[in-house]
Amino acid sequence: MKTLSNHAPVKGHLPVLLPVRRVLLSDIPLQDRLFNVWTAAALLLAFVAAAVGPSFAQAEAAPARSIAAILLEWTPSLALAFGFNVLISIFAMAIGTVMGVGLGILQVSPTAAVRKTAWVVTQFFRNSPWLVLLFYCILLIPFKVSLFGVSVPFPGWIKAVIGLSLPVMAYMSEFMRGAILSIPTGQWESASSLGFSRGQTMREIILPQTVKRVLPPWMNLYAVLTMATPLVSIVGVNEVMSVTRAALSAEGRVDLLIPMYLYILCWFFIYCYPISALTSRLERRFAVKL
Amino acid sequence: MSWTPDQPIVSIKDVHKSFGPVEVLRGISMDVMKGEVVCIIGPSGSGKSTLIRCINALNDIQSGSITVEGQEVHDPKLDKLALRKKVGMVFQQYNLFPHKTALQNVMMAPIKVLKQNRADVEVRARALLKKVRLEGKEDSYPGELSGGQQQRVAIARSLAMNPDVMLFDEVTAALDPETVKEVLVTIKDLAADGMTCILVTHEMGFAREIADRVYFTDKGVIVEYGPPATFFEQAKDPRTRQFLSQIL
Ligand SMILES: Nc1ncnc2c1ncn2[C@@H]1O[C@H](COP(=O)(O)OP(=O)(O)OP(=O)(O)O)[C@@H](O)[C@H]1O
Ligand SMILES: [Mg+2]
Repeated sequence: MKTLSNHAPVKGHLPVLLPVRRVLLSDIPLQDRLFNVWTAAALLLAFVAAAVGPSFAQAEAAPARSIAAILLEWTPSLALAFGFNVLISIFAMAIGTVMGVGLGILQVSPTAAVRKTAWVVTQFFRNSPWLVLLFYCILLIPFKVSLFGVSVPFPGWIKAVIGLSLPVMAYMSEFMRGAILSIPTGQWESASSLGFSRGQTMREIILPQTVKRVLPPWMNLYAVLTMATPLVSIVGVNEVMSVTRAALSAEGRVDLLIPMYLYILCWFFIYCYPISALTSRLERRFAVKL
Repeated sequence: MSWTPDQPIVSIKDVHKSFGPVEVLRGISMDVMKGEVVCIIGPSGSGKSTLIRCINALNDIQSGSITVEGQEVHDPKLDKLALRKKVGMVFQQYNLFPHKTALQNVMMAPIKVLKQNRADVEVRARALLKKVRLEGKEDSYPGELSGGQQQRVAIARSLAMNPDVMLFDEVTAALDPETVKEVLVTIKDLAADGMTCILVTHEMGFAREIADRVYFTDKGVIVEYGPPATFFEQAKDPRTRQFLSQIL
């Protein structure tokens, strides 16, 4: 949708200054141009065509089941497996966020040794391939750990959660560091002249102000993490990719390959798209409100 | 060594302060008695902000001594909290907490730092906001207030800690000419109530009106000081006279 406008599409243009809301194609972030309701519909259509088309062609040749029917049959198992992906992503996000906030705070510590150590840890996990981190967690974490006589089992999926929470922690740590440093030093000074200790200032004054800044990249990170959950198939967890592969080998039909994976893609898309859409909306709102 | 009200409440003796190789304060001495209002004027970069920040230990010093109510501010064993309870500070940029309402801004430190009872603090905070003429703005966020209103919230916030000395660093410098007055009136009220005030200001008319003494600083030293009448009319040092002729 292109309209004639003499406004330059400046980023951060204050909407209040615009008399009418005009949408320029170039105003829309690339992410939204690629992933929107229309591309989703097109994708779904392509999927339906791919699924239904061949089955029409084969209808008279062989009495084989249609691809759509097969997909439908597998849907409950796939849904269950996808639920597992979601579960893993939520746990990994929760653990990674808590650890990342802590690490981020350590990254701005007044003690140089603490600050530098936190920086090294952050950079290490932020620049490691997620798959390699997963491998390491699976290899290094024992099946169970005995703590004070209580043995805690570590099944594969928990190791996977820990493995995925490490990069989340590192990214979160960077978001926090950036957000904390972006708070004007005047906030620290006025807090300290009011008698707040460093810890109190952090808790009561600085951290609450970082939430707004960290929320959009945090949500983005969650979407990315969810899309990375198929990596845990290497641990032998019954997540959606493993189940898909099992289904494909059980059916043993080559023409099923593309529709089946497309089907899974759609699941991820439908789950992740609203998150990234909401993220860009928040980003735009906060960009104006500051 | 206990302090009695007949001794200076703030006593600054031969203070030197450097940022790296740059010596910003080069031997500053100044005594302020309880209830006095003292104005510091001087060209930009002469060290006015640095001096005032040294008084409540936001900056450290290299040598000399600063005492508040007889207590050495730059004693490494100093209980910073005890100092901050005595000395309130208001900044040029207000520095209100943007995620809290005006009332919450005022209530926060007494509740979190002094651990006072919330209900009592709220009564006092409302009274303070009324005193700075901000009745009805209790639930506004800083972003919804004008500069002058924000600065008055900042003053009320400092007063909520019941300080004995108030430091003001160019608190009207970021304001429109019309709103400057409302902040100055607030400070004048405070001074009239007997609050000890040390102000850095460029408002000469105001300094002349409320100050007991005016200090002129240049390049990290106090060039000259005196009661406003003599200071503004019969400045002795040529540097002071040149500065005054530029600004008046
Ligand atoms: N944190 C700092 N690090 C290094 N130099 C500093 C720092 N703070 C102040 N200075 C320097 O110290 C000198 C005095 O600064 P100060 O802010 O005290 O001046 P001022 O008299 O308040 O000036 P103004 O009227 O512009 O506010 C300046 O040259 C400044 O560059
Ligand atoms: Mg200054």
